[in-house]
Amino acid sequence: MTAILTNLFDGVAYGMLLFVLACGLAVTLGLMNFVNLAHGAFAMTGGYVCMVLVNRMGWPFFAALPLAFVSAAAIGIALERTLYRHLYTRSHLDQVLFTIGLTFMSVAAVDYIQGSSRVFINLPDALQGQFDLFGVGIGRYRLMIIVICGLLTVGLQMVLAKTRFGSRLRAAVDDPRAASGLGINVPQVFAFTFAFGCGLAGLGGALSAEILGLDPYFPLKFMIYFLIVVTVGGSSSITGPFLASLLLGIGDVAGKYYVPKMGPFVIYTMMIVILIWRPNGLFGRTAAR
Amino acid sequence: MFERHKHTHKYSWAAVVAAVAGLAAVASARAEDSVKVGLILPMTGGQASTGKQIENAIKLYMQQKGDTVAGKKVEIILKDDAAIPDKTKTAAQELIVNDKVNFIAGFGVTPAALAAAPLATQAKIPEVVMAAGTSIITERSPYIVRTSFTLAQSSTIIGDWAVKNGIKKVATLTSDYAPGNDALNFFKQHFTAGGGEVVEEVKTPLANPDFAPFLQRMKDAKPDAIFVFVPAGQGGNFMKQYAERGLDKAGIKVIGPGDVTDDDLLNNMGDAVLGTVTAHLYSAAHPSQMNKDFVAAYKKAFGNRPGFMAVSGYDGIHLIYEALKKTNGDTDGTKLVEAMKGQKWESPRGPISIDPETRDIVQNIYIRKVEKVDGELYNVEFATFEAVKDLGKTKK
Repeated sequence: MTAILTNLFDGVAYGMLLFVLACGLAVTLGLMNFVNLAHGAFAMTGGYVCMVLVNRMGWPFFAALPLAFVSAAAIGIALERTLYRHLYTRSHLDQVLFTIGLTFMSVAAVDYIQGSSRVFINLPDALQGQFDLFGVGIGRYRLMIIVICGLLTVGLQMVLAKTRFGSRLRAAVDDPRAASGLGINVPQVFAFTFAFGCGLAGLGGALSAEILGLDPYFPLKFMIYFLIVVTVGGSSSITGPFLASLLLGIGDVAGKYYVPKMGPFVIYTMMIVILIWRPNGLFGRTAAR
Repeated sequence: MFERHKHTHKYSWAAVVAAVAGLAAVASARAEDSVKVGLILPMTGGQASTGKQIENAIKLYMQQKGDTVAGKKVEIILKDDAAIPDKTKTAAQELIVNDKVNFIAGFGVTPAALAAAPLATQAKIPEVVMAAGTSIITERSPYIVRTSFTLAQSSTIIGDWAVKNGIKKVATLTSDYAPGNDALNFFKQHFTAGGGEVVEEVKTPLANPDFAPFLQRMKDAKPDAIFVFVPAGQGGNFMKQYAERGLDKAGIKVIGPGDVTDDDLLNNMGDAVLGTVTAHLYSAAHPSQMNKDFVAAYKKAFGNRPGFMAVSGYDGIHLIYEALKKTNGDTDGTKLVEAMKGQKWESPRGPISIDPETRDIVQNIYIRKVEKVDGELYNVEFATFEAVKDLGKTKK
């Protein structure tokens, strides 16, 4: 019984991490209808910024996390203003080619600046190790991930559903022409949303260094996981990717624990089954765009 | 518009002609008195640290010993294969056909070394393997000579050592690809032959993001130790999660071939790695004077510690130099391979030689424990198994 709970806990933590990493992509892909394969590059940026601040400049870990968010968001908005916005109206193939090129450039740049070895972020002692809760091993770091990501998810959902900005964004997505006719500054809304998504990825990158490992190939290695989350979850809201992340995280951990020989296939098998059952993802729109 | 186009065309043709003429002149001048070594390494991609170390070590060797041997100037032509066998093959072809190299060398991973093997046989030039560690490699061409190691060497030794040192139950965690399977099989053979028991066996996918579920399974199996082989680079992640999950506190030790505590990454792994016992060919803390000088020179030149890949590259280029000395600068590939067989020398890792039968390396395997030396983490050697041959050859 405790084994089940420990696995559940690990799975939820892993899923939450996937969600923070991928939900920016769900926003750009689903809400803005832009295929951004360079999403992982922003995550990597956040991870490396956090690493440099903590390891080389002696910042406390929790002070560096917001900076990881801000720096990835800043780079995101700079690129959005200069490069991305020219591609909003282009075909998906152009977008894919452009963003995959950007990914390769980011890989080469980080490799050049920081070297190709894996890096780790020095964690405070309070976040290391495990403690026992009724016999269930709870990793401190993973618990922190669950708390941070859980709060973020609730916050995001509130912003999208309840605030003025959220309704502007949804309006801009549903019908950009009508929205701008109503006086909504659509490019600005998109730019802000894009930057926020990048910032979330940056935060995710910083959080994931400990668990997934951080090296210059991060954007390529995890691109597939981000895409799985978005396809399985459907990209019309953030609830979909959230549930998909949890499902895949728990499925992956449980699969590797109970059937280690099949471990790596579980996540893909789940994806295939779900997509056969619901081709547009768990919460996809019935009319695919 | 057209005018300009024509012009650039003309210029570019002139440039091409000049360049080709220049190249031809240079080539003919060099052909007589130079020896070319085509170095194929992963300089990008996940194995890039391997390539970097070998390249550095070769640079260092050539700085120390000069670039002329037996009256010939040694020229290194480096190609990046990103550890993708298709690219290795193309690179080897280009080097052999266009650059007319006398040696091909490097090879970060087993599939890369295997991809180049038929080309070495056809071209009759030595293939010096400086990294890849699967046993079968040297059997794939009579022109392959290896200066790195085989996984059988360290895995059998750690298996023998473990049973004799009170480790009875072991759970294994190995990466699911050829070297991982080699490591697992040879360890199992020797460990169970000595009376040990493997209670849990897990193979992790090569691209494995998270060890958590596998480690939880290990923990629940309550072994005395975990035998681990993961490719260089993943070792850090593994050790961190091992500590996070409290396996160290549960009294479960980590043993394995030395890849998991590669000097390249060891110092960043944190104190959780303290006490890990591995069997391997090289530690930057090897106490010989030669190694101290090597480590100091390497650190001075490149700013970090050499790992076992660096020392394999250093010995690889040494072997090429020695072979040329023995043939008096004759670059006939068959003679060079003959000259390499049976070579014996003192390397920073200790005494080593090339087995004349298998063309594979014979070396000491050291049992080491991770300890803190002057505030840095090192693999400190405490037992030596001398002149270990590769035990993994399929008998012919």
